[in-house]
Amino acid sequence: MCGIAGIIHRDGPGGIGAEMTRMLQSMKHRGPDSSGYALYGPPSDLLVMRIKLADPNEARGFGWSERLERHRNEIEHRLAKIGAMVDVLHGDQEYAYRVTFRYNGDLKPLADYMEDVPGCEVLSLGHSLEIVKDLGDAQSVADRYRLAGFTGTHAIGHVRMATESDVDISGAHPYWAYPFSDIAVVHNGQLTNYHMWRRRLERSGHRFQSECDSEIIAVYLAQKMDGGLSLETAMKQSLDELDGVFTYLVVTADSLGVAKDEMAAKPLVLYESPELVALASEEVAIRAVIGHEIDTYDPYEREVLVWQL
Amino acid sequence: MKITYDARGLAEPAAQAPCVATVEPGENGPRAVFDAADLTTRQINLELRRLIYDEGIADVTVRNPGAKHSIAVGILARAQITIDGSLGYFGCGLIDGPEIHIRGRVGWSVAENMMSGVLVVDKNAGSLTGAALRGGDVVVRGDVGARSGIDQKGGTIIVGGNAGMMTGFMLQRGRQVICGNVGGGLGDSMYDGAIYVGGKVASLGVDCVEAELTPADDEFLARKLGIYAIEPPASWRKFVCGRKLWNYDNLEPAERKLVL
Repeated sequence: MCGIAGIIHRDGPGGIGAEMTRMLQSMKHRGPDSSGYALYGPPSDLLVMRIKLADPNEARGFGWSERLERHRNEIEHRLAKIGAMVDVLHGDQEYAYRVTFRYNGDLKPLADYMEDVPGCEVLSLGHSLEIVKDLGDAQSVADRYRLAGFTGTHAIGHVRMATESDVDISGAHPYWAYPFSDIAVVHNGQLTNYHMWRRRLERSGHRFQSECDSEIIAVYLAQKMDGGLSLETAMKQSLDELDGVFTYLVVTADSLGVAKDEMAAKPLVLYESPELVALASEEVAIRAVIGHEIDTYDPYEREVLVWQL
Repeated sequence: MKITYDARGLAEPAAQAPCVATVEPGENGPRAVFDAADLTTRQINLELRRLIYDEGIADVTVRNPGAKHSIAVGILARAQITIDGSLGYFGCGLIDGPEIHIRGRVGWSVAENMMSGVLVVDKNAGSLTGAALRGGDVVVRGDVGARSGIDQKGGTIIVGGNAGMMTGFMLQRGRQVICGNVGGGLGDSMYDGAIYVGGKVASLGVDCVEAELTPADDEFLARKLGIYAIEPPASWRKFVCGRKLWNYDNLEPAERKLVL
């Protein structure tokens, strides 16, 4: 089933960490397996990278902590070696880290070099995007990663009921559009031409960390945008090129978009005001951040909507 | 043997009616009001049942429904229920008799399998509005999503605004009145019944054809829209079943032989 949510503040930064937590927690019944956040903080010159070094549910054999410690040191070592000036490296969990650093080179070699460390996956990379995802409900993930104080302009989130792939961090949404900075996607539905698109994108050099069909949407869109298309045009093309049922949300550094498939098979409720746009699989999630009665509507089939900051 | 789980599958097996409603005398009998902001779905429904069935109150208002799901489901009595706000999914399903007025919007599958009564929604509704409707009137003053009245078997669905794709999909009996535009695949695979459209039709579904409006249709439309004070569009078009799918044709010899 899965639940997705998005929020964009059009009048300056707001408390998106706490807001997205409330939105996702109110949809816990749609997916209790894992919860994920893609949050956009204030843009900075520094790059911010979120990585995981292991999965929380994997067997913790002898020397688990020492191995993670060793891999963390390896990450620092490799960042220095590739020419990145590390600002802060901080771990919310012993298997999940947030690194800020100064780096002017290409992001793909950097991400590949990091992921060459055993067990390492780059969850997000960009100047303002931060993806936090872990097992458990939205509140417990927010508590573990201390998201309550996170302020920013826009965010998307996802509560997952796993149907197509494993229950682990790699299978959790949102997905970062490796290796393009500051783009992320959450998706509710199933893609039926996933394998075709995955092979196609792999031939252009992209890596996929999970068996999850949603992972290709982010890369698919980012590649089109890299080729010069606008976000809206790329999303419109996806309606014809992606098969299956889907409602997905995509975020970039300055915009939030939503697309619905031609069957309108997955729900989405939309609330729009001059200050705020909030959208979610259920109205109850929007009401979790807006205390009064609101006017909402469901976008129709094949609709693509994009809001700019 | 002791049962250690709730065999009915209820999330709140031990919920009790919270008894929070205030009851005041009204012109037509007592009127009850309660605030649902801090109540769970089951508590709201139990309180509604207590007031309508046990107390015999025929006028109940629910404040702050907070877009919760599955509110006012399975009410099988004549009563006036006012929902002072928006509901989530599966609102007012399986009802038989009540007149329900929702002052906000509703999510997917409102009035699913409704048997009789009236349901009026002041704003928009999601997809699958009036799915498998058996009788009564479902009125949405705003827009509705896709597949309104899927598998409808009676009653009337009236939409003041636009409707999405596959409206009247597998309609078996009853009528739909859409004052605005409708999406693609209108009346796809409908068996019977009629769909009236005031605006544009994106495309017709399989075996849905346009028919002539009769004086009886005009009378029906004027009467129904008059009851709910909905502004009628400039003109109407009527769509019915083409009856091509009622029988197997020569292109399906194997099926035809099997059936005959």
